[in-house]
Amino acid sequence: MSQNNLCTSEEQVLYAKILNVGMLTGLTCLVITFILYCIGFAKPLIPLEKIQSYWVMPVHEYLEKSGIQTGWAWFGNLKYGDMLTFLPIAFLSLLTIICYLAIIPRLTRKKDTAYVVFAIIEIIVLIVAASGILGTSGH
Amino acid sequence: MLRLQNRYSNFIFFVIIGIIWIIGTSNVFAAEVITSQKGNEIHSWWFYPLILLILSFVLGVFAVLAGVGGGVLYVPIVSGFLPFHLDFVRGAGLIVALAGALAAGPGLLRKGFANLRLAIPLALIASTCSIAGAMIGLALPTHIIQTMLGATILGIVVIMIIAKKSVFPEVPKPDRLSQTLGIFGIYCEPTINKDINWQIHRTPIGLALFVIIGFMAGMFGLGAGWANVPVLNLVMGAPIKISVATSKFLLSITDTSAAWVYMNNGAVLPLMVVPSVVGIMLGSFVGVRILGVTKPSVIRILVIIVLGIAGTKALLKGLGIG
Repeated sequence: MSQNNLCTSEEQVLYAKILNVGMLTGLTCLVITFILYCIGFAKPLIPLEKIQSYWVMPVHEYLEKSGIQTGWAWFGNLKYGDMLTFLPIAFLSLLTIICYLAIIPRLTRKKDTAYVVFAIIEIIVLIVAASGILGTSGH
Repeated sequence: MLRLQNRYSNFIFFVIIGIIWIIGTSNVFAAEVITSQKGNEIHSWWFYPLILLILSFVLGVFAVLAGVGGGVLYVPIVSGFLPFHLDFVRGAGLIVALAGALAAGPGLLRKGFANLRLAIPLALIASTCSIAGAMIGLALPTHIIQTMLGATILGIVVIMIIAKKSVFPEVPKPDRLSQTLGIFGIYCEPTINKDINWQIHRTPIGLALFVIIGFMAGMFGLGAGWANVPVLNLVMGAPIKISVATSKFLLSITDTSAAWVYMNNGAVLPLMVVPSVVGIMLGSFVGVRILGVTKPSVIRILVIIVLGIAGTKALLKGLGIG
């Protein structure tokens, strides 16, 4: 074990472990679901042939013309190949919340009140961002 | 355990290379270009994702060699030279920066180069502000965002040219806030085989600057390593290695919140995101491997020129000139 390993706090090591496992899992699933999407294993909600007519549009126009719902609507459409790919993307985006949740007990045990508060507020911020309650915007 | 993780990483690396090779070789030679009634060329659906994969791979190599994040190269170049709308490019740019940060984070944290105590308060401010930036960015008209993006990229070019680095900045006395929060550390510097004790100062100024950094990261989908590192290193006085590593790790938190805003607003297209993420990550692997045999200064000049061109193009496009 190097000197640097000795100098890292236990919550930092725990954070790194969870991040590592989550990152490898998320990225592997991202590649797998994308291949399933591209080879047509699961039919996409937007046909692959039509997608290039949408990606040149501003997002509000794309939503209007494609009929795609915003927020977590994709979660109800996981049978479609393109929507399935959102699952690993969402998992990767939730990973930070999982890491923060894991280190809170360690910080609490150390009576590191300031960092416990920071971690809780960060989790709230990320949950608010993920929830979609901030609403959708348009040009 | 570490050896097992390395084997797993290598296995994934070669599997991804193999998959890309199979997909690439089976399709690229059968490229089909259809001409629409309006006379515009419409390529097969996989054409631009494949271009994106190749371009992202090249950007990944250059990003490592030039010491910048992938997002800062990705957004101006892809939005400037490929037909994707800026909304989707920014969404993809954030996921690209996020994936790169998630991949680098564990190693940097384990080795003690990225510091969790330094990152947590900064991340809280930056991630909160990046939500506001992302929401405003998606609400503003495209030409305004394009103009601001062009101006920002040109500003980054100036920062890259003039910003100095301080390997071990002098911090005579840590400020009260950093002392209260216990932000200090020690790491082993292998180049001089010495343990380096570090502490920071001007923490309130640094925190204030992260308000702006977070906002801009969310608004333009750029990642924010270009701004994080100078603030951590030159303003707050963290050693350059701690600054670079903590900055990279910080992006995994900052970009998460903005990425959610883009995702919830429908501005994330898997057909753009996945080739970009895979391309950048493979490029980074290759970049790290060839780092020793290239001249980083030459690459850095090349990146500055490319960013200058992309920034000017974005600015002109936003102003309706390009």
